[in-house]
Amino acid sequence: MELFLQQVFNGIMFGSTYAIVALGLTLVMGILNIPNFAHGHLYMLGGYITYFFMSNIGLGYWGALLLSVIVLGLIGAVMERIVYRPLSDGPHINAFIAAIGALLFLESLALVVWGPQGLRIANPHPQIYNVMGITVGLQRLIVIVGAAALIVLLHLFLKKTLMGTTIEAVAQNREGAMLNGINVNRVSAITFFISSATAAVAASFLSPIFMLSPAMGAILGMKAFIIVILGGMGSIPGAILGGYILGLIEALGGGYISAEYKDVFAFGALIVILSIKPTGIFGKREG
Amino acid sequence: MFTKPIHTKILYLVLLVAALLLPFYVPDRYLFQIVIMSILFAIATASMNLIIGYTGQASLAHGAFFGIGAYGVAIMTKAGLSFWLALPLSAVITAFAGLLIGALSLRTRGHYFAIVTLCFGVILWIVAGNWIELTGGHNGIFGIARPSPITIPFVGQIEFNSQTAQFYLALAFLLLTLFALNRIVYSILGLTFMAVRNNEPLADAVGINTFATKLLSFVVSNFIAGMAGGIYASIIGAVGPSAASHMVTFNFLIYLILGGIATLPGAVIGAFAIPIIMEFMQFLGDYRMLIFGLLLVVVIIYFPQGFVGGLRLLNQKIAAWRQSRSTEAGHVKR
Repeated sequence: MELFLQQVFNGIMFGSTYAIVALGLTLVMGILNIPNFAHGHLYMLGGYITYFFMSNIGLGYWGALLLSVIVLGLIGAVMERIVYRPLSDGPHINAFIAAIGALLFLESLALVVWGPQGLRIANPHPQIYNVMGITVGLQRLIVIVGAAALIVLLHLFLKKTLMGTTIEAVAQNREGAMLNGINVNRVSAITFFISSATAAVAASFLSPIFMLSPAMGAILGMKAFIIVILGGMGSIPGAILGGYILGLIEALGGGYISAEYKDVFAFGALIVILSIKPTGIFGKREG
Repeated sequence: MFTKPIHTKILYLVLLVAALLLPFYVPDRYLFQIVIMSILFAIATASMNLIIGYTGQASLAHGAFFGIGAYGVAIMTKAGLSFWLALPLSAVITAFAGLLIGALSLRTRGHYFAIVTLCFGVILWIVAGNWIELTGGHNGIFGIARPSPITIPFVGQIEFNSQTAQFYLALAFLLLTLFALNRIVYSILGLTFMAVRNNEPLADAVGINTFATKLLSFVVSNFIAGMAGGIYASIIGAVGPSAASHMVTFNFLIYLILGGIATLPGAVIGAFAIPIIMEFMQFLGDYRMLIFGLLLVVVIIYFPQGFVGGLRLLNQKIAAWRQSRSTEAGHVKR
């Protein structure tokens, strides 16, 4: 029972980060219909930028996190402008290639600046509690609560603010939004800002727990895609639910079946779901 | 209807002769090895072109199928089978894997299909790295036997220990592949593929079984990729998970796009030029991929049709310029 609860706790913690990373990706995919393959690499860069602000500038954890979120958001907006916007009318395979170019660039940038060896951010909240026989680290608890808070904030932003509803309008009908005088380019840039900023939050949450490495973006980016498809492309509740499901599948599968194949479970789950329902859990039939 | 203009035929003949004579003027063994690898990558890229370029399905599991072919030959020749038996068997196994994966993933479309095939690729890559009894895990399999010598009547015995013999082996398979793809693309079947690519609902409406068409293209494409992988394993003499990873897929995709998608020469040009360019960028060290990534973005934005597309554009420009010049001249005369 303790093992089970421990795995569920870890699963929810992983799921929280997956959920916010996938949420960012789904925003971009739903609105621009661009599969931002470099999303995982933006996440990786977010972790490094937090590391930079802490170890090179000497900021505290939360200050570094905040600055990292802003810097990464700007990087995302710039990427939208110079990489994806010129390709918005071309075949989607071109956007894929551009994304591969972008991710090669980001990964080599991290490699050149920070080197191939793993780096670790000192854990700002090393306290450990014992609850019902399971070990609960404070930083892990912060990840869970922080992610939930971020999800609620994003939901409120999308539903209650003018900017949020504008973004949703563009997602639903791009031409219609343009006809109503919405500046679609501006909305795209802002969406990319938010998407990258949330990736930075996720990376900054996890980097005191796990090592930073230039290669960590690739697998996470792919998992984010899996979650987006699992949940139904473009569905925000789908991305959130998909994130938690994936976290739990991995933690339980890794704990009970095989740790080496932990990453395979994610991909396997995707294939099972898609063979039953090709458009994902909350997906609608395509036209 | 599909015959090529005579000057194109001559150009191909010249290129063929140049390729056949290549072993006589490649300066060093290292560069020669890159050329041989490029030929094998060209086979895989050309096969990828069938499903992506001609059928319009962004399959991103190609590296994995290349890997299945490579592991198949590695495992079977280690078990004592002759390369010449292991290679077709391995290609058939790859095609069968393609049939299974295609049957599942081709139910999805567009981005979905791309991601699902990518996921299959990652699964196979992780399995290759962890199924130690079969694949040797992360160390891979090494000491794979070279293709056993073959005897050709009146010519004699051919050994495959020399680079030159390996080069001709690879080149023969490339020519065979290009010939087969040429026949497929310029046939009714090829037209069916392109019909599905250009307008799937319409193709469906005129009675084409689009699912079966896509599946066929996928399976043929993977059969060829598996074959390329099998030869690769035997020539390199070793295979590891990195030969089956998504980076291999990305590389093929880059060759295809930069060379010219949906053209037969494009895939070959890309697979030849890019590895050699990368080799010359070696002196840049860690900055190499950084610059390459930037280049990739620039090329895809400004030259999305790749090298062959660029040539065509140049051709059109020249033709238009000639036309305007001749009309101008006529104007002056009058």
